[in-house]
Amino acid sequence: MISADIQTVLPEIIIALYAMGALIAAVYTSKDEVAPLLTWLTGGLFVVVAGWIGYNGAGVNVAFDGAYVDDGFGRFAKVVILLSAAAVLVMSQDYMSRRGLLRFEYPLLVALAVVGMMVMVSAGDLMSLYMGLELQSLSLYVVASLRRDSVKSTEAGLKYFVLGALSSGLLLYGASLTYGFAGTTLFSGIVAAVEGGASIGLLFGLVFLITGFAFKVSAAPFHMWTPDVYEGSPTPVTAFFATAPKVAAMGLFARVAFDAFGSVTGEWQQIVAFLSVLSMFVGAIAAIGQTNIKRLMAYSSIAHMGFALMGLAAGSAFGVQAMLIYMAIYVTMNIGTFAFILGMEKDGVPVTTIASLKMYSKREPLRALAMLILLFSLAGVPPMVGFFGKFYVLRAAYDAGLTWLAVAGVIASVIGAFYYLRIVYFMYFGEETEALDGKISPVLWVSLMATAAVMVVGVVNLFGIEPLAAAAAATLVN
Amino acid sequence: MIGLEHYLAVAAALLVIGIFGLFLNRKNVIILLMSIELILLSVNINFVAFSSFLGDLVGQVFTLFVLTVAAAEAAIGLAILVCFFRNRGTIDVEDVNVMKG
Repeated sequence: MISADIQTVLPEIIIALYAMGALIAAVYTSKDEVAPLLTWLTGGLFVVVAGWIGYNGAGVNVAFDGAYVDDGFGRFAKVVILLSAAAVLVMSQDYMSRRGLLRFEYPLLVALAVVGMMVMVSAGDLMSLYMGLELQSLSLYVVASLRRDSVKSTEAGLKYFVLGALSSGLLLYGASLTYGFAGTTLFSGIVAAVEGGASIGLLFGLVFLITGFAFKVSAAPFHMWTPDVYEGSPTPVTAFFATAPKVAAMGLFARVAFDAFGSVTGEWQQIVAFLSVLSMFVGAIAAIGQTNIKRLMAYSSIAHMGFALMGLAAGSAFGVQAMLIYMAIYVTMNIGTFAFILGMEKDGVPVTTIASLKMYSKREPLRALAMLILLFSLAGVPPMVGFFGKFYVLRAAYDAGLTWLAVAGVIASVIGAFYYLRIVYFMYFGEETEALDGKISPVLWVSLMATAAVMVVGVVNLFGIEPLAAAAAATLVN
Repeated sequence: MIGLEHYLAVAAALLVIGIFGLFLNRKNVIILLMSIELILLSVNINFVAFSSFLGDLVGQVFTLFVLTVAAAEAAIGLAILVCFFRNRGTIDVEDVNVMKG
């Protein structure tokens, strides 16, 4: 019995043991000198575990009396989380090493955060949900203030901590009400208790839970921490925040919505649709005035979360499939965009102002072109892959009868296109300013070009992600 | 006779006090940490009250998890606060404003 349970959670156990072992090993040996090696090693381990989960996983395995569920949905999310975390780690190694920022704790904290995320998307009980969420959050608070001699970075960490702790508190309050009125913390028990209509206590619990999730996915109106945390954290950490934790939080949101409250879809559908429409507009409008590209990416991520929530709001298997496809595409685009941002520097000092990109295309035509493709894709301009992500969620919303939401989504994406295209305008038509450095590390170059290529080549069949996402969604919604 | 609803009322009051403490407080970041503790404790009261009322141990197990995590959370929060104080020289809430969000 217990050995079967252990077998099911083996990927998480391996990464957790690796993180703890490497932490002790690094403390007793050469400390920060092994940090670059550890970064690559952690990235490699993520890729290996992702391959293992992706190829070997089959069926639905329930461990620890239902507290942990390993199914197609969880495996899809885990593979995306692991691969994006690995990409961000190897991209950050050179940037952080050159600035003396690369401490050996960084890759290991990321590894622990990834374990938390894997537990989140596989949670089958409010307790495992909470433990996974906190393991992720506590690791992220620390990496946000990784640059401990900088006011901005520590302030980012402090703000993230205070608002993150508040959101965990609200989520827990919701969990306590849900437990009290359903009589169990198991999702399978909750779904049985809400069969045929939820009591008022359970509805309060559901609303508090959704508030907590909205904080974690940075959906408006709970988005206020995002711009500050994105701006203040070191850029590689920002790149990490914008990718894997978002997938995990959306996965968790979908998991609770369908596994625990799947029989009262109508009750949470309106709330999610409201969060979605608000996020899309706040993200699109507030980003227009930004001068810092990291802040701009924060608002961009808020808008993208709005679109992903639109898939969830549809409340159907197709909606979840659309959400999964959207998240996979979003993560790929963000990795490429942050590879570009990580390469923006002048005399070795990182630059994050948008104005510094003026006439960038003249000096670096290839990189400017790659960025152009990524920005078009982020905006959802038709020939790029990003358009198909938006198309899927819009169709899911339309099919579910939420026509007003789909129309609002189209309007928001048109408004949002303005600020992406403004960067393109600066790169191709702006006035000449002082040039940024031309050098870029090979890893960043490869990431940038590969993701840009994916955005163009992917239009053929989205690399076969569509049937995979459909199979994953089918295991969650039934 | 003190029933379940009395415990729930206390917990709800503590939650509201904690949330107001976070948003109305303009003085000191330490008070924010205390407000967060208050929120988590209100949740614990809820869990224990429900657990006792339902005759089900799961709520008390959950409470132990929450207590443990709250301790870790406070440790990390204080560590970040110490780093912030070293850089900024103050822990007034109004001075946490290098970035405007």
